[in-house]
Order: sequence, then C-alpha cells, then structure tokens
Amino acid sequence: MQRRHVVQYGAAGVGAVALMLGVGWWRADGPGAPKPAGQRPLPLSAMDFRLTDHEGNEVGPETLIGRPTMVFFGFTYCPDVCPTTLSDISGWLEDLGDEAAQMNVVFITVDPERDTVEAMAEYVGYFHPAIRGWTGPANQVARAAEGFRASYERVPAEGGDYTMNHTASVFLFDAKGELVTMIDYHEPREFAVPKIRRALKEDVEGVT
Amino acid sequence: MNKLPYINGLTLVLLLSAMSAPAFAGSEDVVVENAWSRASIGVNRPGAAYMTVHNTGEDTVTLTGLTTPLAVMPQIHETKTNADGVSSMAPADEITIEPGQSVALEPGGLHAMLMKLQNPMIEGETFPLTLTFSDGGEVTVEVPILGIAARGPES
Ligand SMILES: [Cu+2]
Repeated sequence: MQRRHVVQYGAAGVGAVALMLGVGWWRADGPGAPKPAGQRPLPLSAMDFRLTDHEGNEVGPETLIGRPTMVFFGFTYCPDVCPTTLSDISGWLEDLGDEAAQMNVVFITVDPERDTVEAMAEYVGYFHPAIRGWTGPANQVARAAEGFRASYERVPAEGGDYTMNHTASVFLFDAKGELVTMIDYHEPREFAVPKIRRALKEDVEGVT
Repeated sequence: MNKLPYINGLTLVLLLSAMSAPAFAGSEDVVVENAWSRASIGVNRPGAAYMTVHNTGEDTVTLTGLTTPLAVMPQIHETKTNADGVSSMAPADEITIEPGQSVALEPGGLHAMLMKLQNPMIEGETFPLTLTFSDGGEVTVEVPILGIAARGPES
C-alpha cells in the first residue's frame, strides 16, 4: 500500500505536490518555510555534474548507476544534523550487513570551500566504511543539488563564521538510478531500514 | 521546609548559613543527566553537547546560557527541519523548565553548541560545562566526549 503510494506519487507531479503539502502544511509555518515543495529528484541518468570523491577519483551521477544508491547532503563543519545522520546511516548499514554490501552510499558536501578532498577523507573515515565523500567546485556542487532538488544556503554565524542550512533528507535510488523514496530527518530506524530494503529489492526486480 | 530532601546531612550551622546566603529560586534543584558530546576534528569545527536538564524542585527555572573553558562561544542552539526537509540551526530562546519537568538537548533539536573551541575534543576525555539560570544559579556538569560517530550517551 505504502509502496504503491510512492510509485504513483512519482508518476504524477501534481499528486506529489498535493501529497507533500498534505503531509507538511501544518508545520510549514516555521521560519524559513515554505520553499517550492514537492519537487522530485531527477533520475540519476538525467543529472549532470562532475565531482571528486574522498580518494581523489572523478565521479558523477553515472558512477552510481548499476547499484542501489543512498545520497545525503551536508558539510563537515556541521555539529549536529550531519554527524547524526551519518551515524544513523552507519547504523542502518550495520543492521543490513551483507544485504547493503553492494550499495553506493554518498555524502555530498554543500560547503566545498571548507570541505576539500582531504577534509572529506578524514571526516568520512570516522563513519561506516561504505560511505563516500564527494566534493568539487561550487558550481558542480550546485548542479548536483539541483539534480537532487536539494537546497542549501550559507548563513553567517556569530564571530565571522558561517554555517549552512541544507536539505537533510536521505535519497534512495534503485540500481537503474530511479528515485525509490526519501528518508526524512528524524525518521525512526524501523521505517528507514525497510525503505533501504525496498531500494535494494527494486534493484533485483529491475534486473529480472 | 519544602526543600527538606535536599538538606539531608547538613548541620544546623550550615543550614543557618545557607539561609542567610543569597538563595537561588530553583536552579539548585536542577539535575543534569546523560550528558555526552562527540569528539572534534581539531579546533576549527564547532562541537555539540547533549544532555537532559531535569528540574526536580518546585519552582520554574529558566536556562539562560552556558559557559565552559573548552569553547570561547558556547551557546544553546536549536536545529529545526522544515516541511521541505531543510535543516537550519539558530540560537535558542531562553528555556523554561516547569517543576518536575525535563528538557532534552538531543541530536536534531536543542544542543549545546560549542563554537571557537580552545582545545580539540578528544574521545575518552571530559570537559566541564556550566549551565546558567535566570535566578543567578549555576550547575556544572562533566561532559564525556564520545566518538565522532556516537549516537547517544550509551554508545
Ligand atoms: Cu548549533
């Protein structure tokens, strides 16, 4: 039932907007809201960007096609949401064990100014070994975010520093590069792990 | 005498001197539990600490700020995630805790934001963090530093 819902939600853009508004309208009155809601990430095959992974390899959306994929946007100077999400992802991967061994797991920085390849390498090294860190020129990061319909914004902080507001959802794609679903921040693990299983399973169905 | 459970063990002399000293309206009954934080990479990135602040007394208390030798600019922050899934972080308003109630500083919500670290936060060490209250009282807690990928006080 749930699954059917998501599939249809993808098929009809108008329906997607309506669904998201229906789910979110009651909490859409906070500061910063609302932005154009309901935009669904493109299929990976329709995205176009060039980044560098934390080991210095050139990567792009095509790198991800052929395996199920989990993508999260963040930045390494983020003290709360990003380490929490990366440790959640690490926990999900541990729960899934071998099931998730063939999965791409990518953390894309929205702060390439501070998140160099070296910074990404050090940072992702503290989390699950499957997690790859991608960075690159600001315009390429912007193109990546655009493809995923993720948003981010630099916000000045006290003392001359800055922080980043950013989309904190985790995106799940099947092996063909089609969006399966998203895991929202704060979603309990009992919902997250079955969603990942669904992305893995659609992979199997896609192959047959 | 409603503070009787908290003066167990005090001598009459101490009790009398306490009564003549400036009395804090409530913050002496604040108990901080399950404090934890994550290790940092160097000192350039801000740190965050989490805990539960429990008001065991009979007066409402208001948490107004933080101090610590670890960071030049410690501040209570709140992360909010909007309907579009975009997370942002900003200094929190004053936090009022009713008698018998607790406020949780936890990932994705309120946190003690530790800006301008003086020293790196090293896994296995601890640091003192002082919570200041509107009645002038202070509560200091030793915060354990866990790994960067820690998920909570027990991990
Ligand atoms: Cu903060």
